[in-house]
Amino acid sequence: MTSTDTHAGTTTGATGNAAPSAVVPTRGARFTGAAANYIDERTSISGLVKEVGRKIFPDHWSFMLGEVALYSFVVILLSGTFLTFFFEASMVPVEYDGSYVPLKGIEMSAAMASSLDISFDIRGGLLMRQVHHWAALLFVASIGLHMLRVFFTGAYRKPREINWLIGFVLFILAMAEGFTGYSLPDDLLSGNGLRIIDGMVKGIPVAGTWVSYLLFGGEFPGTEIISRLYVLHILILPAILVAALGVHLLLLIINKHTQFAGPGKTNDNVVGAPIMPVFAAKAGGFFFIVFGVIVLIAATVTINPIWNYGPYDPSPVSAGTQPDWYIGFADGALRLVPPGLEFVIFGFTVSMNILIPLVGLGLFIAVVAFYPFIEAWMTGDKREHHIADRPRNAPTRTAIGAAGVTFYAVLWAAASSDLIATHFYVSIESVIHTLQALLFIAPVVAYQVTKRVCLALQKKDREIALHGFESGRIVRLPGGEYIEVHEQLDDYERWKLVSYNEYKPLMIRPDANGKISVLQRVRGGLSTWFFEDRISPVTSTDIERSHDSSH
Amino acid sequence: MAKSTSSTQKRRSGRRSPLASIALIVVGLLSTGGAYALFTTAATAETTVAHEQLTEEGSKLFAANCATCHGLDLAGTEAGPSLIGVGEASVEFQVATGRMPMAQSGPQAEEKPVQFTEEQIEALYTYVGAQAPGPGIPDEEYLAADGDAALGAELFRINCAMCHNVAGAGGALTEGKFAPSLTGVSAQHIYEAMVTGPQNMPVFNDENISPEDKANIITYLTYLDENPSPGGLSLGNLGPVSEGLFIWIFGLGAIVAITVWLTAKSN
Ligand code: HEC
Ligand code: HEC
Repeated sequence: MTSTDTHAGTTTGATGNAAPSAVVPTRGARFTGAAANYIDERTSISGLVKEVGRKIFPDHWSFMLGEVALYSFVVILLSGTFLTFFFEASMVPVEYDGSYVPLKGIEMSAAMASSLDISFDIRGGLLMRQVHHWAALLFVASIGLHMLRVFFTGAYRKPREINWLIGFVLFILAMAEGFTGYSLPDDLLSGNGLRIIDGMVKGIPVAGTWVSYLLFGGEFPGTEIISRLYVLHILILPAILVAALGVHLLLLIINKHTQFAGPGKTNDNVVGAPIMPVFAAKAGGFFFIVFGVIVLIAATVTINPIWNYGPYDPSPVSAGTQPDWYIGFADGALRLVPPGLEFVIFGFTVSMNILIPLVGLGLFIAVVAFYPFIEAWMTGDKREHHIADRPRNAPTRTAIGAAGVTFYAVLWAAASSDLIATHFYVSIESVIHTLQALLFIAPVVAYQVTKRVCLALQKKDREIALHGFESGRIVRLPGGEYIEVHEQLDDYERWKLVSYNEYKPLMIRPDANGKISVLQRVRGGLSTWFFEDRISPVTSTDIERSHDSSH
Repeated sequence: MAKSTSSTQKRRSGRRSPLASIALIVVGLLSTGGAYALFTTAATAETTVAHEQLTEEGSKLFAANCATCHGLDLAGTEAGPSLIGVGEASVEFQVATGRMPMAQSGPQAEEKPVQFTEEQIEALYTYVGAQAPGPGIPDEEYLAADGDAALGAELFRINCAMCHNVAGAGGALTEGKFAPSLTGVSAQHIYEAMVTGPQNMPVFNDENISPEDKANIITYLTYLDENPSPGGLSLGNLGPVSEGLFIWIFGLGAIVAITVWLTAKSN
């Protein structure tokens, strides 16, 4: 069941699925028909359904990662609603009197006590807590992977730059949701996390202390922060998230999906299953698969055992304190800053050990957010793109991506430096020093290696497109000569290998006054860097020529 | 004391060996228990003689196994610290957990299979304890794990969690040293570790944490050992790192596998 949808407006072979039937409708069908008509007459929704219902989804697995994120978000909403019925967002001290023995009689905040009650005394509560938390981890993870897919296939290029930006905002919101949620139980682990945030805020020159007092309603930890985080967590952030998600999906429908090149798949159409009814049915099923996987994990694997951590108290700090994975890169950055960088100026301490990670990560995040615009500016590419690049066909971008992923991965590893030390029997100092070096070296290496690998793969593709692949069959010619038979690709396969655009570095031209500005020079340099190493795609003349000359 | 060591033995071997060896343990318990019973009845009659014998045997064992590093007079050498005044508890802990005699020099003496029999260990600590007073073998009343687990948990979070992690999963210290995981450590060894402060661990004397509170801490750690994690697999109690790895590898991994399968061409 494949269908196509056009970008340009000229329809190419769309299959209609409204087959008029001569059969007399049944009672049920008549009822549905009447109901549909009733609603349509009042809302004119049929236009929308037609538009949305005809949206085409391509059928490569990587296009389903966004869906995974969407469905885990639905699971989060459902389980989160359950949790709000029992959670008490208050820091009023109470004496715990639930069923977990090692905390009985201990004074803790009502938030912590109610979280423990959810875990031990409310039927299904622990499962729901674990579903909620696991789904949150999956949510952010699937967004991350989805973003990588979009990045490495160049699917953020015109006209989808805005949607990349919105997707990025969703990613940040998801992390903020995660962090606020992680802090709500007011346990020792999350309290340590909040303390770090407090420290980072206080490290900001001039404004820091004020902001911290504003945030916590006084000196840390105060008695306010949990109820404030709760409002953020269940009201404001989800509201923004849902709104941004709506726009994200709307733009997705307007822009249509990208697709990998293939026979009949061009820059002007999308080939795949239309949303109604095939895709909707598949998607419904897929939702339950994702839900099922989450519940299976939640039912069998502990997450965030707050009963082990105990209530928050500013004095104890546990070994092996880490944030949830998606905040890990920030924690790692803090761990990697060398000591002794802070200095005093006019009696104020400037905490470079906090400012360097803050600024460094800020830059990194900004580059991620604006990458589509940066790349478009460097390459001067203003065309619309609806065909997803194979990563190898954009070596520089793929290499940049690999470098970014490596940078992130090193920071991420640094967040678990202590566990690496104990589990691999190495000293924590050597782990830190190695990671410090890797933070700068590894991205460069990753960049070079990836670029070379991409170019090599492209060459290989070119070879195969021109000469076919080695069949392993050796034939002896009448003259005594041995040759290996090369098997030619069929046209469908070859299409995948040859259909990509060739780019050339920007030619920088003088402006109206006959001058070339510095900015333009920089741009030209960047563009050369971006495109200088490239393998030209095979053209049809190439193919014909090679066919004439050989065999 | 006899009973406590043998019950200790039971818990530790239960952890180390599969269930199949229970029979062996029972036999071992019966024989050691019987031997001890005999021994103690004999000892009441001739305490001093037995004590002297033990000290003598300990002195020989010490000279043969320990003196190279700790010196014949216990005063220490380049290779090992002085043992004067470390007390019976320290020797029992170090030798019965296999840390001593130290095998190779590393950042910290590692736990190894125990090298001496129970009698030999007793001989060793009696000998060292006889040279200078120090913390003795803990009283059994503190080792029964029948104290207040909640209080113990709180004390543990305040005094121990920064090195051993809140769930006792262990943690890294500087220069390759580490605080080990506390799962499956016997009550006696927990107590002895607190009073003697092995290597990088501080000493928690009776003023610091009273014997009753030490018993509470032991109660809490025993509770953790005996009660499986309520939420399912505990992933080594390593917290968010293992959870994050789990969701990426098994959660997202499973889902990606499913999407690949769903979109695979049916042919
Ligand atoms: C290879 C050298 C070596 C041998 C052999 C050795 N030890 Fe040790 N021992 C050490 C070192 C080194 C330390 C200090 C460990 C540390 O603090 O990191 C130590 C520490 C100790 C301590 C703890 C001291 C304290 O301050 O609490 C005791 C008790 C002890 N050893 C007993 C023994 C006994 C009993 C034997 C013989 C069975 C023995 N050792 C054999 C090297 C050795
Ligand atoms: C400064 C860090 C630190 C603190 C605080 C600390 N420990 Fe330790 N602990 C250690 C180190 C290091 C070792 C390993 C010593 C060795 O291997 O000889 C250890 C070993 C132990 C052992 C022996 C474990 C085994 O596998 O045999 C026990 C039991 C123990 N600690 C209990 C405690 C308790 C209970 C507290 C709190 C009252 C505590 N520790 C506080 C660092 C610490």
